[in-house]
Amino acid sequence: MAFEDQRTTVYKVDPEHPESETLPALRTEELLLNMGPQHPSTHGVLKVIMELEGERVVKSTPVMGYLHRGVEKLAEDGTYHQFIPHTDRLDYVCAMYNNFAYCRAVEKLLDLKVPDRAEYLRTIVAEVQRIIGHLFWLSAQALDIGAMTVFFYCFRDREILLDWFDELCGARLTTSWYRIGGVERDLTPSLISKLKAFLDYFPPKIDEYQVFLEKNRIWLARTKGIAVISAEDAVNFGLSGPTLRGSGVDYDLRKYEPYSAYPKCEFSVPVGKNGDTYDRYWIRMMELYESVKIIKQCLEQMEEGPVMAEVPSVTFPPKQRVFTNLESMIQQFKLFSQGFKAPPGEIYCGTEAHKGELGFYIVSTGGGKPYRLKIRAPSFIHMGAFDHMARGYMISDACTIFGTYDIVMGECDR
Amino acid sequence: MHQLAKRIQESFTSGFVSASEWRGDVAVTVTRDKVHDIAEFLRDDPGMAFDYIVHVSSVDWPDDEERFEVVWEFYSIRKRHRLRLKTRVPESDCVVDSLTDLWKGADFMEREVYDMMGIRFRNHPDLRRILLPDDFAEGYPLRKDFPLRGKGWRDTFEFLDEQP
Repeated sequence: MAFEDQRTTVYKVDPEHPESETLPALRTEELLLNMGPQHPSTHGVLKVIMELEGERVVKSTPVMGYLHRGVEKLAEDGTYHQFIPHTDRLDYVCAMYNNFAYCRAVEKLLDLKVPDRAEYLRTIVAEVQRIIGHLFWLSAQALDIGAMTVFFYCFRDREILLDWFDELCGARLTTSWYRIGGVERDLTPSLISKLKAFLDYFPPKIDEYQVFLEKNRIWLARTKGIAVISAEDAVNFGLSGPTLRGSGVDYDLRKYEPYSAYPKCEFSVPVGKNGDTYDRYWIRMMELYESVKIIKQCLEQMEEGPVMAEVPSVTFPPKQRVFTNLESMIQQFKLFSQGFKAPPGEIYCGTEAHKGELGFYIVSTGGGKPYRLKIRAPSFIHMGAFDHMARGYMISDACTIFGTYDIVMGECDR
Repeated sequence: MHQLAKRIQESFTSGFVSASEWRGDVAVTVTRDKVHDIAEFLRDDPGMAFDYIVHVSSVDWPDDEERFEVVWEFYSIRKRHRLRLKTRVPESDCVVDSLTDLWKGADFMEREVYDMMGIRFRNHPDLRRILLPDDFAEGYPLRKDFPLRGKGWRDTFEFLDEQP
């Protein structure tokens, strides 16, 4: 506590005679600080205007939109299939889950049943994406707080899975592997054996990350009791995912409104108690174990079968057939050039992505393009609670809060 | 009619307009002046208990008399049910009550609706543009009469490497 001592000696005031103080009165005023838009720990381009009292945040106003590309407007100008690559660019760190959420929403609009094997594949890949997302989150959050080593370890393991994605669909980040009615292609035996090898390799690595952080005094000091939000407030702000579960609210759409192959798998949803950054960290670490469990069960239960629904007016025919069969070629051509017509109506479909509830609200008037498509982006809604969560904490804790939301500005600004 | 919609109709005979259920989604359309009262009822009534706001959205129907439709989606974590609340707003008087006093999360969501569709929310604490710049002068991009490529503001930008 050397710092404290120094301060008391310099500004020593006799409590009996405060007027005897010889030093000039300290000038105090609130300071306005612009954090961002170019700041390494804002996870993209985000500006926060902070009113400070010393180093404490009194009020903060997020300024967003630097990455706004008008995705919702673009959706109104393309067919339903054409929007899938746009969803990759929402949360560009975890494209698979965006594809998944969007395809599910369109399937709900069309009332389309996806084959069993495709459901299992979707769940497997979604959980692989969750692992990638959490690894990316952990590395970024640890780096923001100053733990550099974890960053390299996480990226080492993330790289294995990105290479796996590369082999699966030819892309590492902007994957577009999900299709309306199924998935683009099946897993090859090589992919399955690689995934199984990873599942054996990975759980000890999670323990390793935890050893790095949970025995680290700096990490504990900077996460425990930081950015606390109560359960009522978290629900009231519309938070979701680990950010909500950290406050002790057991809300997970995989359990509440089971979809895909999740109801056939046994897994638990970790829930925190204190609502602080540490609990949200702990939840994500536990979710890594759960994801491994889910993938293992899916690989065991999965049976042979088609990976795409057979609805010629909506789904693509297998590629081999397109080159040999006239009808399939016409079907492919019509779907690519005109798309399909969706029945008039409106639906909302939420999916539990690793950041929170990623939802699509689609209004159709019976045409080949969505009349209105609204994206419920968890990052955007989490930013709404930023001011509430940052009040009273230090400037450096603001970085922790960006990290604890797992914010990605591509999704936030759309 | 779904029982949630029926409860709303019974409690608010004057504000209730219509209800629909499609693909498992329950949607209730109400009149504009009753939105805040009904939302408060949805949140506080023990049978409803909608504690969670999912999203606020808007749809433009240029051919209709009341042009805009504002959409709220609520979820009840305690009761595990979902409801969509809708109301119509005419273009000449583009205002609807804000729900920020009931759900704090509505703050940013309503700002986004204002930014994109130009619907103002009465009693909103800080109704400014959120994604577009404050000096964006072209109007509201998600309206159907807004061209996909914008109205030409972008062409007036000067870029450093641009050759004259």
